[in-house]
Amino acid sequence: MLLDIRNLNVSFGSTAQPFQAVSGLDLAINRGEIVGIVGESGSGKSVTMLALMGLIDAPGRVTADALQFAGQDLLGMKAAQKRQIIGKDIAMIFQDALTSLNPAYTVGYQLMETLRLHTPLRGAALKQRALELLEQVEIPDAKSRLNAYPHQLSGGMSQRVMIAMAIACQPKLLIADEPTTALDVTVQAQIMELLVNLQKQNDMALILITHDLAVVAEVAQRVVVMYAGEVVETSSTELLFNTPRHPYTQALLASIPEHSKGAKRLSTLAGVVPGQYDRPSGCLLSPRCPYATDTCRTQRPPQLPLSGTSVRCFTPLNDSGIPSHE
Amino acid sequence: MLSFILRRIAVVIPTFLGVTLLAFALIHMIPGDPVLVMMGERQIDPEFYASALKRLGLDQPLYVQYWHYLLNLLHGDFGTSIVSNEPVIREFLTLFPATLELSLCAMIFACLLGLPAGMLAATRRGTIVDHVTMGSALTGYSMPIFWWGLILIMLFSVSLGWTPVSGRISLEYDIPPVTGFMLIDTLLSGEEGAFKSAAHHLILPAIVLGTIPMAVIARMTRSAMLEVLREDYIRTARAKGLSRGRIVIVHALRNALMPVVTVIGLQIGTLLAGAVLTETIFSWPGIGKWLIDSISRRDYPVVQGGILLIATMVISVNLLVDILYGVINPRIRHAR
Ligand SMILES: Nc1ncnc2c1ncn2[C@@H]1O[C@H](COP(=O)(O)OP(=O)(O)OP(=O)(O)O)[C@@H](O)[C@H]1O
Ligand code: SF4
Ligand SMILES: [Mg+2]
Repeated sequence: MLLDIRNLNVSFGSTAQPFQAVSGLDLAINRGEIVGIVGESGSGKSVTMLALMGLIDAPGRVTADALQFAGQDLLGMKAAQKRQIIGKDIAMIFQDALTSLNPAYTVGYQLMETLRLHTPLRGAALKQRALELLEQVEIPDAKSRLNAYPHQLSGGMSQRVMIAMAIACQPKLLIADEPTTALDVTVQAQIMELLVNLQKQNDMALILITHDLAVVAEVAQRVVVMYAGEVVETSSTELLFNTPRHPYTQALLASIPEHSKGAKRLSTLAGVVPGQYDRPSGCLLSPRCPYATDTCRTQRPPQLPLSGTSVRCFTPLNDSGIPSHE
Repeated sequence: MLSFILRRIAVVIPTFLGVTLLAFALIHMIPGDPVLVMMGERQIDPEFYASALKRLGLDQPLYVQYWHYLLNLLHGDFGTSIVSNEPVIREFLTLFPATLELSLCAMIFACLLGLPAGMLAATRRGTIVDHVTMGSALTGYSMPIFWWGLILIMLFSVSLGWTPVSGRISLEYDIPPVTGFMLIDTLLSGEEGAFKSAAHHLILPAIVLGTIPMAVIARMTRSAMLEVLREDYIRTARAKGLSRGRIVIVHALRNALMPVVTVIGLQIGTLLAGAVLTETIFSWPGIGKWLIDSISRRDYPVVQGGILLIATMVISVNLLVDILYGVINPRIRHAR
């Protein structure tokens, strides 16, 4: 196992009235595996990954029972030690590539900065490697792009540069947080293809956060469904798309056409993800769930293992898509 | 880059013409007859009066006068002092290094303290460090220069006796002016103790003059840093595994500097206004004191030429800031 997160909790706000952006999250990633993380806006996908990277600032608080990466304990590690892993073995790319590059420095500078930090490469060899990386992410005329500033690049080109930076030290895990959302449709497909190719070539694990379930179905081996800071279902892509066990997964799948186009709300479920002040006391989905019972409204369902999947629901759906108790 | 600089210079030319017009108008805005005002309104004989009028060119139509004025400027003729009979430009050039030295040291003081203070406050936002730093900056900003100068003189010169009260250097030294900068000239002269004396004389005026710019720079640096630290590319830099120090200095400061450099440039005007007061308090023989003295001596050509020269300087500095801005920010340099 490459990454093992157990009972991750991230909260914001005051200690008296904390807002649990992520609660009790377990996540395991194997080497070389592609895992999709899906869920509506505000379900805690980005916060989870930022917590893993150590990018949650005070007053945000992060706790976990375990945070293991490649046999190392990220929890007990000193910050300086962790920085040798972050950016090298675990890399991340973000939604808005245009603003994710520093406008004051050239592409080459920012790319070589990563290499200089984590590799012994210097001088001509350093430059050569930067050039190779730009070519690897299929940037045309790579040599002249080294001297380009971010504002001279298109969105797709910027994301390619971000990817080049992320894979610079051949990470074991690449986290892509909605890497194509900000791009044109045609460019989206190219970037996805590039990511998957690089994943295969470098044999790295890829966590793909996206709203595009069609992409997940195509590339991911496993899927994690998140809702209001919790994992509600996780299973293999095939099982999840054929027989969703959690009512929320079912609703997500039913709304694929609009949702994958970036619709902020699900047509199949009324309401939105509860925020800081409107979290229900029972199952977090209960106000929106068509199958909610009185138990659901008062008690929190535990995460239940269920023939190859894991579901957080009192009454997981059966093969016909109806609650098991009916 | 060259075309960027040329474009900037072209923009400045109309401003400069406007300033010459103002300086030219100044002499005509003096209430009463300029010749009489300058000569002290004494009874003078008509022949002398006519020759003075002619000498000053005041017998010509206004547009001709302005045209001649511009032509003279182009030849570097900024008028002649009626007190010393020296060309204004020569007096200016003699005294200017003193003001420049004072202003530069004040600005260096302001940057050396203001930039780190602003960065510290931003990275320790909301903590006691932040509150103390920004509280001091606000106090410094609202300090009237005259009062602040007197307090420091009372404390450091009168009570503690650490620093001298006035002038640029102790009278026992006779330093030949080479660069006009006392700090450099004393070093060149090789006279023992001269540099120390010059530095001692400089330190209080520089602090007094630098206080307001320092406060402005500290506050601007803080807010610019806070803004920049929220940017996506800072998150990227952190995700690379860079150290906190490198992120703040290389990734944040460089971007935060853009507004700060502008503010530093804009402070030049404030600095010169402050120099007039500071030089008066500390009897610093620079152009600020020169202007004040000339006004009280009714040496209007000097006032006119001095103001034009100072305005030219402010314009040039702003131009420089603009160009510097383009050097730091590639987006501006490439904008058409
Ligand atoms: N720095 C922060 N301070 C306070 N609340 C935060 C902070 N960052 C995130 N949150 C909150 O945590 C919750 C989860 O946010 P997160 O960004 O992880 O959602 P997401 O699943 O990535 O959504 P999206 O699909 O829109 O990216 C949201 O309610 C958000 O408002
Ligand atoms: S526990 Fe109840 S409310 Fe929650 S998802 Fe299952 S059926 Fe719906
Ligand atoms: Mg997100």
